[in-house]
Amino acid sequence: MALTATAVKRWYIVHKWTSLISTVFLLLLCLTGLPLIFSHEIDHALGYSVDPPELPETGEWARLDDIVADAAARRPGDAVQFVVSDADEPDLWTVILGETAAAPEASAFLSYDARSGAYLHEYPLRQGIMYILLRLHLDLFAGLPGTLFLGVMGLLLAVSLVSGAVLYGPFMRKLKFGALRRRHSGRVWWLDLHNLLGIVTLAWLLVVGITGTINTLAIPIAGYWQVTELAAMVAENPATAPYPGTGGVDRALAAARDAEPERELSFMAFPGSSFASPGHFVAFMRGPTPWTERLLKPVLIDGASGAATDSRELPWYVATLLISQPLHFGDYGGIPLKVLWAVLDLIAIVVLVSGLYLWVKRRNVTFEAQYVAEAGRHGEVA
Amino acid sequence: MSPVWQAPLALGLLSIVGLLAALLADGFGDVVSWVALAIPVAVVVWYTARSR
Repeated sequence: MALTATAVKRWYIVHKWTSLISTVFLLLLCLTGLPLIFSHEIDHALGYSVDPPELPETGEWARLDDIVADAAARRPGDAVQFVVSDADEPDLWTVILGETAAAPEASAFLSYDARSGAYLHEYPLRQGIMYILLRLHLDLFAGLPGTLFLGVMGLLLAVSLVSGAVLYGPFMRKLKFGALRRRHSGRVWWLDLHNLLGIVTLAWLLVVGITGTINTLAIPIAGYWQVTELAAMVAENPATAPYPGTGGVDRALAAARDAEPERELSFMAFPGSSFASPGHFVAFMRGPTPWTERLLKPVLIDGASGAATDSRELPWYVATLLISQPLHFGDYGGIPLKVLWAVLDLIAIVVLVSGLYLWVKRRNVTFEAQYVAEAGRHGEVA
Repeated sequence: MSPVWQAPLALGLLSIVGLLAALLADGFGDVVSWVALAIPVAVVVWYTARSR
């Protein structure tokens, strides 16, 4: 694909402006994202999370009703919203409470030993350095508008990457792959480095950037699912009687496992919470493979009778969100994948900083003119 | 295809394989991901170290 001098210049302007607008925010995202890759390990190291104790595996499991009752008693006045099971921590239950069942923010995360039912730990919410880093990365402490703003920065990153890749072609016409020229000032070396690091990490950066933007839509996506699909499931299977207010959790879990025998519980939304209805539990069941583990299947359970009355696949937009999460976090291939994520993130920081350096160090001639001249010297521009 | 794009295309395909393998299969898939994503990193290190 031969580009005319005019086309090169236009692509260059796109690359410059999408990069200039987004670079500061992308740097912040790369810097805060680096420790967040290891948030699970850091939480454990700081004592924010605990491992369940070594116990002989008897195959006996504590009653969830007892665990939920204990959690409710520890937080009088709060309501149980969710019970969560992590696929990597089968011996642990986490009970999430809120000031009300439907409150958008949790008030407590309490973890329990799934075998003995013993209370283990309260995860400290909204405190510590990791919380600050998470909020900076997630929404700049500005709520949903902050999240959506960062989503737009992710889109600018995608445009910047595509335009940068288009420019790579004419620029490299007379250069060997990986050439880092040392001549004149160090500027040429930095330009070559920017091009090499950018093109080598292009696919990873595009995927992490686009999945990050999809993740910024998590709240609108969940909200749309709640008012359409969830509302339809509930409307077609009305509760037989009001939920008595406590109990029925083990019965609901058993019904969900009967309805989806291949699957295991990821989390149970309690009656009145935002992912259930006032009269129903909804059990979100994960599949047995790494892929289906992400693609949860909701099972609707009558809170009063304990019967599973409906279960459906999640629609494409929720599935897209659920698959985008691991692809953004890098948490699906053990510690080696997390280390690679961190190294690629560091390379992305070098791409951003070198790009900024090249712009700051531009000479009196506009950089577009220099770029066109540079490409022209390589015989691209007639 | 222009020779300019041979290495970038190969590294891009490797990256995609690396991004997907661990998501599609545990165990062997994880190892494929580690190797496939380590190659672009190694390429960066190799060319950068050589020019220093």
